[in-house]
Amino acid sequence: MARYFTEEHEWIEVDGEAATIGITDYAQEQLGDVVFVEVPQTGTALEKGAEAAVVESVKAASDVYAPISGEVLEGNGALEADPELVNSSPEDEGWFFKMTVADKSELEGLMDAAAYKAFCDGL
Amino acid sequence: MNKPINQSGWKPGTPVASDGSAHPTVTGNKALMLEEPLIFESGGADICGVDLPETPTDLPSRLGAFARKDAIGLPGLSEPQTVRHYTRLSRQNYGIDLGFFPLGSCTMKHNPRLNEKVARMPGFADVHPMQPTDTVQGALGVMNELAHWLITLTGMHGVAMSPKAGAHGELCGILCIRAALEARGDARKVVLVPESAHGTNPATAAFAGYSTEDIPATAEGRVDLEALKARLGPDVAAVMITNPNTCGLFERDLKEISDAVHAAGGFVYCDGANFNAIMGRVKPGDLGVDAMHINLHKTFSTPHGGGGPGSGPVVLSEALSPFGPLPFTAKTADGYVHLVEEENAQEYDHVQAFGRMTAFHGQMGMFTRALTYILSHGADGLRQAAGDAVLNANYILRQLESDLDAPFAASGPCMHEALFSDAGFAEGFSTLDLAKGLIDEGFHPMTVYFPLVVHGAMLVEPTETEAKSGIDQFIMAMRSLAERAKAGDAALKSAPHHAPRARLDEAQAARNPRLTWSAPDET
Repeated sequence: MARYFTEEHEWIEVDGEAATIGITDYAQEQLGDVVFVEVPQTGTALEKGAEAAVVESVKAASDVYAPISGEVLEGNGALEADPELVNSSPEDEGWFFKMTVADKSELEGLMDAAAYKAFCDGL
Repeated sequence: MNKPINQSGWKPGTPVASDGSAHPTVTGNKALMLEEPLIFESGGADICGVDLPETPTDLPSRLGAFARKDAIGLPGLSEPQTVRHYTRLSRQNYGIDLGFFPLGSCTMKHNPRLNEKVARMPGFADVHPMQPTDTVQGALGVMNELAHWLITLTGMHGVAMSPKAGAHGELCGILCIRAALEARGDARKVVLVPESAHGTNPATAAFAGYSTEDIPATAEGRVDLEALKARLGPDVAAVMITNPNTCGLFERDLKEISDAVHAAGGFVYCDGANFNAIMGRVKPGDLGVDAMHINLHKTFSTPHGGGGPGSGPVVLSEALSPFGPLPFTAKTADGYVHLVEEENAQEYDHVQAFGRMTAFHGQMGMFTRALTYILSHGADGLRQAAGDAVLNANYILRQLESDLDAPFAASGPCMHEALFSDAGFAEGFSTLDLAKGLIDEGFHPMTVYFPLVVHGAMLVEPTETEAKSGIDQFIMAMRSLAERAKAGDAALKSAPHHAPRARLDEAQAARNPRLTWSAPDET
């Protein structure tokens, strides 16, 4: 399994043919208390960079983008009742959705953990 | 400066410490600060405050399955009880008539009482939109004259008066643009929105069926002209630009932007919510704008923010005017003001209207107030109001730039709002804490966490309403709060301490909102 990061502060963990997507600890820290999350419907076809989910905090509403192209396998239903999971466990239980990996080469442009940390330190 | 507001020592609600331990009262009241239950908790369903004749119970009902099964359970209160309930609640509220209300991007300015006097005249207040036009010539005359002055002030060609608020006006403008594009058989799909624009802009474009794309802001807080030009093309229907923008800056390149957009076959929508800063000084028509809404309830002082409805007329360029919505007024040489609607649009050569924004003519009460404001100020007064609003904001920016991080202070003078960030606050302290502390100091907090391009943004708009003495008190409070936030004063984390209610759990309120009341035994 390998975990990648985007400049829009999503993380994506690839496990074989499927990937899990969420927002990073840095992102949840910036957003503040998350009050609402809208995850995509199973079967939705997503292009890399397309708006995939919405996260709303006490401060702002933001889009979450698909880091790669593929089809949505499952949204995290637990976030509907417990959006605070995004704050308490952003990179684990607070995952947003799972999707297929249409084109593995799209992963190449993403950052690894060290590169992402350096990116955040530079902000 | 630096003197307490009330040097005699009397302060509202002073004697009781925030934990209530000092001299508690059995009622929970603190002298003139009165505790007040919900109206459902204060009245009884078995009490009736008015003297009504006995209701006959043997009437045939035509409601069938829709008839109420239970008692309605409304609380019964007498008139004085009802008056006191709402008066007490109003004392816990904060408004522009009570003090400084620096809500950036919202222009909370004083509503001159002359406006109210005029708006209450029966010829304006007690008319019905379906009255014959010869019985409402005064009201139609006001609409026609206001339309004239809005066109004159903006240097535009036409105006749609009916939109009911800013975002409604945006929609009207974008629908005009869509109608104009459709009329020439041009199916453009994209609307460009800079990061420094109002948040309603992309929502409007999406609502009108367009996809939106962001245009980045430069480091100095303005639209990135080169990025915008690079994105223009045959698929771009319009660019929506807020000017002055949400960073409080004038978009100096607007003319060049307009020229580029027009050359690419698109239209320019200008969000005019911040027109307050430039009225009487800049005509958007000179800058190549095709459509712009004007918030009468901001720029022209009609009350809002809980105090009244909005009104968002849209001024239109020559290219867009033929597509403006019905109805509108037209004055003929004999002095008669006609209402142009579907039935007679042909007579006035206005056959391409995209439709209507509202059933009737718009917000009459706002029209009379706005026209009163315009005529009572005159050209020189309007110009000065804009100048004073900008001067006040710059005074705050320069007084506070060494106490708070001001990200665009080096971009030159600001317009009508000063922008600060939470950079430099102690670990764990943020804009929210400062804003809550401001409540304790007796001010309505400024706009927080907007615009999004600035971390922990604080957007302060004093407007021309404030006198220097009031602004100096605000600056004194802000300096003290900035110092406490930088020093990590734990008491600031739990502010407000002196408000009728302590800090509320906003996350909980948003996650589990309780929007209806139910009796305690039902919960």
